Amino acid sequence: MIVCERKPLPAILENLAGRRRAVIAGCSECVTVCHAGGEKEVALLRDLLLLARPDLELGTIVLTRQCDGEFLEALDALAGEADCLISMACGVGAQFLAERYPHTWVFPAVDTRFGGGARQPGVWEERCGFCGDCVLHLTGGICPIIRCSKSLLNGPCGGSQQGKCEIDEAIECAWQKIHDRLEGLGRLDLLDVVLPAKDWSRARDGGPRKLVREDVAL
Amino acid sequence: MSAERSRLERLLEQGHFAVTGEVGPPQGAEAEGIRHHTALLKGVTDGQNLTDNQTAIVRLSSIAAAVHVLAAGGEPIIQMTCRDRNRIAMQSDLLGAYSLGARNLLCLTGDHQSFGNHAAARNVFDLDSVQLVKMARDLGDPGVFQNGEAIAAEHRPRFFVGAAENPFAEPFAFRVRRLAKKVAAGARFIQTQAIFDLPRFARWMEMVREAGLDRKTYILGGICPAKSFGALRHMSTVPGMVVPEPLLARMKGVERKKQPEEGVKIAVEAIQELRRIPGVAGVHIMAIMWEEMVPRIVEEAGLLPRPS
Repeated sequence: MIVCERKPLPAILENLAGRRRAVIAGCSECVTVCHAGGEKEVALLRDLLLLARPDLELGTIVLTRQCDGEFLEALDALAGEADCLISMACGVGAQFLAERYPHTWVFPAVDTRFGGGARQPGVWEERCGFCGDCVLHLTGGICPIIRCSKSLLNGPCGGSQQGKCEIDEAIECAWQKIHDRLEGLGRLDLLDVVLPAKDWSRARDGGPRKLVREDVAL
Repeated sequence: MSAERSRLERLLEQGHFAVTGEVGPPQGAEAEGIRHHTALLKGVTDGQNLTDNQTAIVRLSSIAAAVHVLAAGGEPIIQMTCRDRNRIAMQSDLLGAYSLGARNLLCLTGDHQSFGNHAAARNVFDLDSVQLVKMARDLGDPGVFQNGEAIAAEHRPRFFVGAAENPFAEPFAFRVRRLAKKVAAGARFIQTQAIFDLPRFARWMEMVREAGLDRKTYILGGICPAKSFGALRHMSTVPGMVVPEPLLARMKGVERKKQPEEGVKIAVEAIQELRRIPGVAGVHIMAIMWEEMVPRIVEEAGLLPRPS
């Protein structure tokens, strides 16, 4: 999922300066699962904002998916009366709102942190760097692009100590994990393969990405 | 270290109409071409730009090329792009370049690597060109690294820092605001994209003057002599370059073997036009692969001899 985290209240209030009628728009997808912008968080933000700014007129809605044009229509009526929209979805959702309402100010109430998953309640970890060219079949299902601090492709750097990354003891060395897992699977031979310089053109480096699939197009 | 201050900076401060040229480093480990082009340009230009892996094609480094230019008696202007290095490498290279005698620096964003010969490369863009200008200026005065840590007073690199601007890119109205940001960040000179559409450039300069920017930075208009109709037509297809139809038609109407002559004429006329536009402090002649024509263009434009 796209893991998000709500911005501090003062930052949200700052964006509301000089505005009176706002709509808080949540999303039922990732931000609901990671407790950043679902129904509960939308209601909480509404209460917090009204405590600080009793003069605000706040509408609320939780859209099925903010990253999907067909679900935005549900917001049209509310948006028409507001002087700004507060998106609690990821950056994709906030941009979809800005595109749909060209004359309405849209701002985010969450920071979009990373592509990851929940390890335990309240703990999320990054797992995918969206590089566009998956190497997990070569690395035992552990991503060196995003889990190694240097995105190394041919093994650990000299800073790997006792399974920890040199930049922070709280970070596991991805290559230690890859090594251990491949050892368990009896495939340490994969570590001998020299992986060539990666083609980053399929990642963000190649420019903003677009995927077109004719088989699912209307 | 060699001379304390940039020669180009002094000439501009003295009010001379400056002429700069360009040397493209080679795609190999040799300096003969750089020495040759420096010899051609040094008497007729006040500074020579060394491009930094232009169009994202690997070439000999601009800083190494600058050392060859210095040794050949030229006045190098190092180009530095944001594409390939983060702030650590950039600052390190700037310290190195200054210690080797380079005094002029042109800060650029850099062409995207998808245009070059290593399209699979990662891009850096840790800083953008505005931030690079600020970082480069700050190294000299107040003499701090990008993180705010001080550099010993006697070891600060005091580059004459410039930037580029393209009056022909869009949105047109944004271009002057962006220029203002570069000037506010500390750009002391500006070299523009090649100018073919003179009325549009004149309009841009009007906006520049209205914003008072011509009094805060030295604006050098870009001149790109075209050798042939084909070359001119190619330029008209480059993103951010505008070649007006009548100019294309004029070149097309000239028989092929006389087209280089026409290209020189067009360049000379453009320089003369630019000299009449208030606020233009000089010209930057980009004659890559046609360096031998620069002395003639500068002479016919009435810009010789160069001030010493």
